[in-house]
Amino acid sequence: MKGFLLRRVLQIVPTLLVVAIIVFLITRIMPGNPAAVLLGPQASVEDIEAYAQQLGLNDPIISQFFQYIINLITFDFGNSLTYNQPVITLLIERFPNTILLALSALVIAMVIGVPAGIIAAKRQNSFIDYLVTTFSLVGVSMPIFWLGLMLVLFFSVNLGWLPATGMGSFDDGLWAGLRHLILPSIALATIPAAEFARIIRSSMLEVVSQDYIKAARSKGVHEFFVICKHGLKNALTPLLTVIGLQFSNLLGGAVLTETIFSWPGMGLLIVDAIERRDYMVVQSTVLFIAIIYVVINLIVDILYKVVNPKVNLDTGGGK
Amino acid sequence: MGEELLRVEDLFVEFKTGSIVTKAINGVSFSLHQNETLGIVGESGSGKSVTASAAMRLIPNPPGRITSGSIVYKGQDISQLNESKMRKLRGNEMSMIFQDPTTSLNPVFTVGHQLMESIRIHKNLSKREAKQESLRMLELVGIPAAKQRLKMYPHEFSGGMRQRVMIAIALSCQPQLLIADEPTTALDVTVQAQILALMKDLQREFGMAIMMITHDLGVVWETCDSIIVMYAGQVMERGSVRQVYDKPLHPYTWGLLDSQIASDQNSQEVLPAIPGSPPDLSFDVQGCPFADRCPYVEEICRESKPARVAIEDGHEVACHFQTDTSELTRKEEANIGASATGS
Repeated sequence: MKGFLLRRVLQIVPTLLVVAIIVFLITRIMPGNPAAVLLGPQASVEDIEAYAQQLGLNDPIISQFFQYIINLITFDFGNSLTYNQPVITLLIERFPNTILLALSALVIAMVIGVPAGIIAAKRQNSFIDYLVTTFSLVGVSMPIFWLGLMLVLFFSVNLGWLPATGMGSFDDGLWAGLRHLILPSIALATIPAAEFARIIRSSMLEVVSQDYIKAARSKGVHEFFVICKHGLKNALTPLLTVIGLQFSNLLGGAVLTETIFSWPGMGLLIVDAIERRDYMVVQSTVLFIAIIYVVINLIVDILYKVVNPKVNLDTGGGK
Repeated sequence: MGEELLRVEDLFVEFKTGSIVTKAINGVSFSLHQNETLGIVGESGSGKSVTASAAMRLIPNPPGRITSGSIVYKGQDISQLNESKMRKLRGNEMSMIFQDPTTSLNPVFTVGHQLMESIRIHKNLSKREAKQESLRMLELVGIPAAKQRLKMYPHEFSGGMRQRVMIAIALSCQPQLLIADEPTTALDVTVQAQILALMKDLQREFGMAIMMITHDLGVVWETCDSIIVMYAGQVMERGSVRQVYDKPLHPYTWGLLDSQIASDQNSQEVLPAIPGSPPDLSFDVQGCPFADRCPYVEEICRESKPARVAIEDGHEVACHFQTDTSELTRKEEANIGASATGS
């Protein structure tokens, strides 16, 4: 276990370095000049040039890059040009909002997807199975921006039940916080819910035909526990993989959802930063999401061991 | 032999997949007494395992269904009993061990957990007492260092040890009936003998009845008191082991006995086999299901289904030519002649 952890943590370093290089290069390739955006359309060419010089944008790319890496090593994520504050402050402010949205979506997706998959597998080829299969196919193919807009149109514009944009504060009461959260988290939950249902259905179908399920029944175990204990725990490994992937995707997918619903999270931060050519914010936020990605994957790998006792983490697999 | 424990009468089981209905069991009847070991033999697909599952009402529905017949356990017909009452019987009064202990133990729970589960469902014991009882059962089935073994997962056991664990689980509530579905097929020969001996020992200790499903006639000879020979979901012959071995009546039984490897057999000899394959049970079988493969087939075999007749006390056969003694002799002579020329 210790060897495994050490190896995995060491593997994280090159992964993050590659992400840093790519995102650094992409921001430099983007057309547009941060100085021009910051100074506005009335600024003269000389002013822009002087400002760019001041910001260090005219330095050779390679020296800008090394400066960036050196800053990263000292945990300096740079400063935002537009917000005039350290990027880390922005991240600390925005990250909880994104996590709140992503976690809500994950919970909704699990609450809907997992039971749907189990029921579909239990009643294979029944009406409910076809219903779940169809919805999960539609769900994974759903363009989130379209679904988000439809939700807003229906529940906010037509019915007027829920606010279309923004974020409420839970300090003003549970409902005040929840009502803003409902639409974006439903939109964000659609794809993972469909994916969970699909995965659970197929792995449960495989599991319920196993002898140990029949053996459990022959011991007099209640059918509910046969399925939800003996069956589900065996079907968990693939689900765990998908949960890990989907949770990472939720953080990334939040970019779209946050933009549609003006949810003040990291996704909206990135989109704003790209529009304003706020290099440091883009770079550091993407890198930050990458770090979360890697950490979630690491946690999932450790959880495999918990779910499946045959997994030996130190020898790298051996299922 | 003690009192009658289980009586299956005229049992029919179907499986429905799409529009195809497979009639897996067609009118099976047999009975089993306390302390008795009944062997159910037959080739793959003959309905042995389905019969065993049906006895515990473990046929998955859908697609399977008991369409008619009765399963009388201790005087009570359990063929229509509701699930919650069935659950009280399963694992407690009757339990089952399976062919492959690698797949019949749940890989994600410890052996101790799986043992205790059964005990705690049926007996009103505290966790500590259940653990104590699990330990006792593991020791009883001959697992060394049982205390450490309780905390281990199935994959940390060898095949033979896993089957011992399965037996410990099955017997943890001292059932009256143990159904063993090919319990030694997946094990190597030396381990097979150990497991069979263990089952016999435990039978003596608990006084339970065993239903031994197997295609290994050697196992039947060693362990069983009586035998039923199944083919295409029907009982072709039944009797005590001695009756069936000494005087097999059905041509199918002859075929089964002939196709065994004898220990004195010359390795150059080709093992006799029954040519052909069993009928497709998704079509109605008219007449005797064995007719297409029977060397002594006659017109009547294809036209009408032979009734089951008792030839001697407890020895029954379903064949048109076993009612008449002269026919029987003729066929037996023909059989001896055939095997003599065959070798």
